[in-house]
Amino acid sequence: MAMTVRQRARVSRSVQYGLLALAVVLFILFADWASIGKAFFNWDSAVKQFPEIITLALKNTLIYTALSFVVGLSGGLLLALMKLSSVAVWRWIATLYIEFFRGVPALLVFIAFGFGIPTAFGVRFDIYVTVMLALGMVAAAYIAETLRAGLQAVPKGQLEAARSLGMPHWRAMVSIVIPQAFKIVLPPLTNEVILLTKDSSLVYLLGLAASQYELTKFGRDGITQPNAGLTPLVIAGACYLIITVPLGILARRFESRTAKTKG
Amino acid sequence: MTESTSSAAAKQIQAAGVSIKDLRKSYGANEVLKGIDLEVAPGEVVCLIGPSGSGKSTLLRCVNLLEKPNVGTIHVGGFESTDPDVDIDKMRRKVGMVFQQFNLFPHLSALQNCTIAQTKVLKRSQADASDVARKNLARVGLDHLADRFPDQLSGGQQQRVAIARALSMDPELMLFDEPTSALDPETVGDVLAVMRNLAKEGMTMLVVTHEMGFAREVADRVVFMDGGVVVEEGAAEQVVSAPTQPRTKEFLRRVLDPTHIDIAE
Repeated sequence: MAMTVRQRARVSRSVQYGLLALAVVLFILFADWASIGKAFFNWDSAVKQFPEIITLALKNTLIYTALSFVVGLSGGLLLALMKLSSVAVWRWIATLYIEFFRGVPALLVFIAFGFGIPTAFGVRFDIYVTVMLALGMVAAAYIAETLRAGLQAVPKGQLEAARSLGMPHWRAMVSIVIPQAFKIVLPPLTNEVILLTKDSSLVYLLGLAASQYELTKFGRDGITQPNAGLTPLVIAGACYLIITVPLGILARRFESRTAKTKG
Repeated sequence: MTESTSSAAAKQIQAAGVSIKDLRKSYGANEVLKGIDLEVAPGEVVCLIGPSGSGKSTLLRCVNLLEKPNVGTIHVGGFESTDPDVDIDKMRRKVGMVFQQFNLFPHLSALQNCTIAQTKVLKRSQADASDVARKNLARVGLDHLADRFPDQLSGGQQQRVAIARALSMDPELMLFDEPTSALDPETVGDVLAVMRNLAKEGMTMLVVTHEMGFAREVADRVVFMDGGVVVEEGAAEQVVSAPTQPRTKEFLRRVLDPTHIDIAE
């Protein structure tokens, strides 16, 4: 009558698996597959997305992401160093910047760079420059906080050892502290790249020429075709996963590697 | 003894002296150093002993300005390191520092730990720096581990690499801040042996330590500090074996024979 602890655990697990299997079976049996297919996946339409979705849209997404990451990383490093500076003004400016760009939706920043600044200052940016600046400046705010935490995680003795070897402060930072900080922040930094990849979709706001389409805009354009349903967007979503899932795996690998060297 | 050995090995070491006058250092209201006077002659080995919190590590760290003194003057070699206009980095090149926690650079190999400051600060070529580094790694008995990274070395080996790293800058004075306190007991001897050789070669050394055996055997002079002042100083043998001040006697009794302390007084 009375079950042992192990038996009870086994029964409980079987019940959970059983319920899950039942739900899946019921869904497969009773779902209206014709309508679902019509809404989300139409084979002909799917085939029509290729190869442009890769050669054009995926490529542009990667370009927008890479450009803004370069700005985000260098800007973020600069802001992180400002935030740790002994000169108060630099700290204030960095804090102000970070709070502003972290607190405002990236969408608004895009609108400002796409329409406000060109009108206000009479300058016209190339679309790539606009993305680089708008997305990069938002990314810099996030990356700055990540890097600051990484810089502070490097033990104080490292800076002391470097300084007592006669290295000036900047040299000690460049050769000793920053390389170690980067190793520490590699996993969260990879997450920043994943976020950037997705946020690059905001570029659609700027009004793109066909050759500048990235994944989301390409997919949104595709769904206007007859009978396509949402198929182009589903394919576009899959393309995002092609980029982000490997990055996530990479981040986890970094994480376990740093955990190992610490242990 | 020191004279004969130091003259034999004084081939390269250009030893600098230290002169500390009325050194005071406070953290807020807490005065850690209450007017220290200390002279270290070129080539002399001085051990600083005393209970924790006595200010001996702070004193050592003031010498190469890792801590900024509030009052007083420190001369190291030709530098007055307490002069506000002193070139700190230039002064520090002449002063090697060895830390309790080693502070090796974990992203660099043992060899690179010993070359990076040579190439970046002294602007030596990579080849020259490697030669100097290997020579100094050999000096601490670790030339065969030059390509290992710090996390692949034992504590004692890491500390010896840290000594080689400091020596690679051709310092004229070496500061040791409790170099064996973080080590496994069986690796302490290797580090002390390296330090003993260094002393014989004529290096000026200022050593904060709890190793009374080392202090008695290697040091020319021992300085006992307590409560931010120098309580007693003198020849090593005399201070360690026959202290005159009651506080020194009490401290040494506790350190040398910790199992024979009456709990109730």
